[in-house]
This record gives sequence, C-alpha cells and structure tokens, in this order.
Amino acid sequence: MSLSDVFATARAESRAALIGYLPAGFPTVEGSKDHLRSMIESGCDLVEVGLPFSDPVMDGPTIQAAAEQALSAGFRVRDLFDVVAAVADAGGRAVVMTYWNPVLRYGVDAFARDLAAAGGLGIITPDLVPDEAEDWMAASAAHGLDRTFLVAPSSTEERIAMTARASSGFLYATAVMGVTGARDVVSSAAPALVARVREHTTLPVGVGLGVRSGAQAAEIAGFADGVIVGSAFVTAAGESDAAVRALAADLAQGVRSAVAPV
Amino acid sequence: MGQFTPTPHDPDARGHFGPWGGRFVPEALIAAVDELAAEYDKARLDPEFVNEFKRLLRDFAGRPSLLTEAPKFAEHAGTRVWLKREDLNHTGSHKINNVLGQALLTKRMGKQRVIAETGAGQHGVATATACALLGLDCVVYMGEVDTERQSLNVARMRLLGAEVIPVKSGSRTLKDAINEALRDWVANVDDTHYLLGTAAGPHPFPLLVRDFHRIIGIEAREQILEKAGRLPDAVVACVGGGSNAIGIFHGFIDDTDVRLVGVEPGGSGLDSGSHGATLTAGTPGSLHGAMSYVMQDEDGQITEAHSISAGLDYPGVGPEHSHLKDIGRAEYFPVTDAEAMEAFALLSRTEGIIPAIESSHALAGALKLGPSLGPDGLLVVNLSGRGDKDMDTAVKYFGLADGGQA
Repeated sequence: MSLSDVFATARAESRAALIGYLPAGFPTVEGSKDHLRSMIESGCDLVEVGLPFSDPVMDGPTIQAAAEQALSAGFRVRDLFDVVAAVADAGGRAVVMTYWNPVLRYGVDAFARDLAAAGGLGIITPDLVPDEAEDWMAASAAHGLDRTFLVAPSSTEERIAMTARASSGFLYATAVMGVTGARDVVSSAAPALVARVREHTTLPVGVGLGVRSGAQAAEIAGFADGVIVGSAFVTAAGESDAAVRALAADLAQGVRSAVAPV
Repeated sequence: MGQFTPTPHDPDARGHFGPWGGRFVPEALIAAVDELAAEYDKARLDPEFVNEFKRLLRDFAGRPSLLTEAPKFAEHAGTRVWLKREDLNHTGSHKINNVLGQALLTKRMGKQRVIAETGAGQHGVATATACALLGLDCVVYMGEVDTERQSLNVARMRLLGAEVIPVKSGSRTLKDAINEALRDWVANVDDTHYLLGTAAGPHPFPLLVRDFHRIIGIEAREQILEKAGRLPDAVVACVGGGSNAIGIFHGFIDDTDVRLVGVEPGGSGLDSGSHGATLTAGTPGSLHGAMSYVMQDEDGQITEAHSISAGLDYPGVGPEHSHLKDIGRAEYFPVTDAEAMEAFALLSRTEGIIPAIESSHALAGALKLGPSLGPDGLLVVNLSGRGDKDMDTAVKYFGLADGGQA
C-alpha cells in the first residue's frame, strides 16, 4: 500500500486520515515499537517515525526532551529501520520524519535504500526544502519512496507551487508559525493555508503543529485531508500505552466527525 | 574596492560557495531569509545605507582600528608581526562591525525586535549595544552554562536594556542558544530579525556578515602597505564560526602570494577528542542552516565542541571557510588551550596588550608559523578582541589570585 492509498481510503470513507508521530527509541527502542503498534491498532492510518536528533530546531520542549531521552538511552540510526520494519510487519504504514543531517551522514541513497527495504513509504523533511533536495529527489525516485515537504503560512504562492511539484504522497502544512507542541486552539492560519495549497495541487494535505484533541482533529478534518498529531502522542507515551491508545481512539473519532470550517 | 562591492568570491544566488552553504532551514523561514537577502542586495548598493554604516563605524565604533607592530612579541615568533587591533573597537572586539550593519538592516526592513545568540557574551553585548543605540528591542539567548561562566556579560546586556534568556536545553551552550533563537525566529518572524553573530547560518548570513567585516581586511591591507611598504607573507586569524577571519582574509584574497591562515581551537589536543577544530577534524554536514564542515558522530548527531575560549566553542564553521579550505586558498590548523594561554600571557607581558583568548589562538598560530618565515618575514595577526572578559579564566588558569605568575 502506498501513501496515496492511505488518503484514498480515508477519502472513500468521507473522512480525514489520522497521522500520529512518535520518535523511534522513545522511551526505548522496544517501547517505541509497542506504542506505534498501539497507535495503528487504535486508529492511526499512518505513523510518522521520528529520528531523534541532537539539534531539533523545529521542535518544542516535548519532542526535544523525548529525542534527548532516546539519544541518551543509546538510540542509533540503524534502530530506526528496525522500528519501521516492526510497524510494517504489524500491517501498519510508516513514513520517517527526520532532520536532514543524519540522512546526509548515512548517505542519502543508502538511507533511502534501507528505509524502503524496511517497508517505509517515504520521508518528511522539516529542514530540507526542495531547493536543496537534488540528491533526495534522485534517491527517492530510485527506491520508490514518497517525498513530503512542508509549506508554511509564510510561503509565497510561487513556493507553494514549487514545493507541491516536488512532493509526492502528501504535503505537510504547518498550521502555525512556530515549533511543534500541543496547543489549545486550532490556528486560524491553517484553513487559509490549505485553501492556498489547493489552488496549486491535488495532492492530499496534512495539517500539523499543535493538535492534541478529538475536537481539534474534527475541526481540521473539516478542511484538510490528514490530521497530524505529534507532541500529544509523545506526552501520552511518557504516561502509558493505555494513554496512547486512548488518545488515538479519541483522535480517530475526531477525524470521522469533521466540522465544517467557519 | 569598497566594502560592499560584489566580488568573484560571492556565493551563487542560493548562497552556495561551491558545494557549501545554501539553506537547510524550515520552509517557514524561507520568506524571512529571502526578505533579508533582497534587502541586503538593495542596501549594499545604496549610498545612504553605506554612508550611515561608515559613519557609525567611525563615530561610534571608533574605526579605523590601529595596526600595531609587536616587535618584542615578534622576537618569540622569529619573524615580524603586526597586529590588527580589533580589540580597540567599542565593545572590545570585531563583533561590533556586523552588529551595526545588521541593526541598520533591521531598521530598513521595518522590524522592531532583534534576537541574538551568544556564547561568551561578546556578540550579545555588541547586539545589545547596537539595539540601545538604534532604539530596537533586544532579546539574547545564552546557554545556561555560559550565563554562569560569563555573568558579567549578562549584567552588561541587561544594563544595556536587553532581555537575556538562559537556554536550558541540550548542552546548554552556544549551539543550543542558536537552536532556541531559531525557534523564536520561526514563531515571531513578522516583526523580528535574527541578528546572527558569525559568518554561518543560511544564506544570506554568511555573505552579509562577511561583508560587514570586510572593513577589517581593507584597512589592514592599506595600513601594512603604508607602514611596512609591502604585503604580508601571511594573514593569521582565529576561527570559531569564522567571522573575524573571513573579514580580514577578504582584504587579501586576490593577493595570491599572501597566505590566509586560520587557527582553530585545539582544546586539549585533537587526540583527546576534546576540541573545536571543525575544519581540521570535522566532516561535511548541515548545521544551523548551511552545509559546512561540522563536528558529528557517525550517526550525524552533532557533538559538543570544547575550548578554553567560549567564543570558539562551536561545532560548526562558516561555509566559505569550508570552500576556501577545499580550493586550497586558505589553510587551517589547530593550537591547544595551553598554546593559546601561553600566547595570551606572552603578548600581555611583552607588548602591554591583553588579548582575548580567542585572538590568543591566532597569536599562538603566529608563533608556530613565524620560524619558517624567518626574520625578513611579515605576519599580520588579527587581534579580534580584548581580554578583559577572560580574566576569570586567566585567574584560574595561572593561579593569579594566589600570587601566581603567568
């Protein structure tokens, strides 16, 4: 199954897809496999497996702390492929979300090759813009992986169009100008950004940054194709697997209860 | 040639120096760096901007800085040594050049809030100074470890009206202060300029920071020709992020007989693993927005730098230095903490000038280089800052409080 199938299935059910994020290796490598499987079983259509990085400039305190914990527990990049394979073996769909330096260090083509072999479907690249992505374009094409670049409220029309052309699978729209972290209200910038994106592409659009509840998921499902939840899953994983399952179930309910945008 | 004249050494339109540089930043910041690049392109050709910058350098920072011969220090180097006295600038280092330029750009862009990172506190103090002068709001991110090591500079910044935010994430030092500044910038980019303190980061920072510091090399070249009647055999500067080095190098970059020598922080020695010699011992990677040499482990996790000099304690380096190393136009080697401290004491005693420990690395480099040039050789060393801020370190290192002698 490819990423476009994930979104096609959700669309056929007249709902948004639920996309959950968790760093590999948090709280441990085996623990992250368990939580990711629970996320899938409880309603995530797709999981983003994060690669813990020493300098996560796009992340707020919750994900920073999780990455630090994973790294100090001895997480290695090779563990990432192991975690992705565990998700795929359980029948789940996984993409990787990673800062670019670890991929550069591993070798862009080798990383793509090993991710594809593990059953991963693509990479979300928060600090790689298409302008600098020549090697990744080639490697993703060679190994059949999808490329999810990000668009932001500050992106110009020209850049949205260019970024959409470079992407495949889905586009990631950052709902707010800021870093990751759960917020109480859905950003008012998000619907406007998604509307601008739709002018340029038919690719599915996932909206992330700041979502933590079923009610917020329902609101985003009213205008986007995918609802992306990160920090809230990290917080839940810090509590218990039951908390992870409960959050996924609440959010899964949310993406099936879309509220029309105001 | 003027300080802002485009040269064949400028990066391409997307900020690449060969394979180095570029923009490895979140899409959310692209609009801001595009705006900054467009504003700088206009400003560098606008006589009003250029004249205002020159006026501030002259009437506020105290430029031109002197070029001073150091004959007694030179006896130890075995060759003639001249010092470019950036330590005499207002706020005590070369940092003021870049800060005044970027603060003027901030005003041109109609932004009111400035954020900055600082390690030792020199760039933070310079930024707070420029913001006080030009009426801008100023927030400085500083690793918690550094706020403790450099409490006097924290007090200076606060006295100048800046808010200092201790950064408690990661290693709680300079690289984490940069991370936190970038996070602030993404969230507040509409009204905020990130006043980056070194010639690193995403395009256009390496270009514009370098250009604001080109004045160092332009002055030094004129001064050495006038005073010594010829160009030096080598220009020597310390390299952390590399801003003072790139500024003085550019004055001589087309004088192909002049060696450009960058001296890196060797810490306890390269074999110890405890150092900050990014160009000598690092590998290619992307950090803080640009492709350059970085210090990283085999998984691409950034490792911590170590140097007795907080200002050189950085696991990355400006991308143009990576380029100059690759094409062989500049050469880089490390000196250890001990060698730098020896040079620190030597210049103080022989010439009556207390250098910054950063700049002491360049002096130690000159001591190594000198003998090969012989008595007729000529070195220009960039004395990038003064050592007042380093007295705590010196007191501990030499035991000065207990009657010790450096």
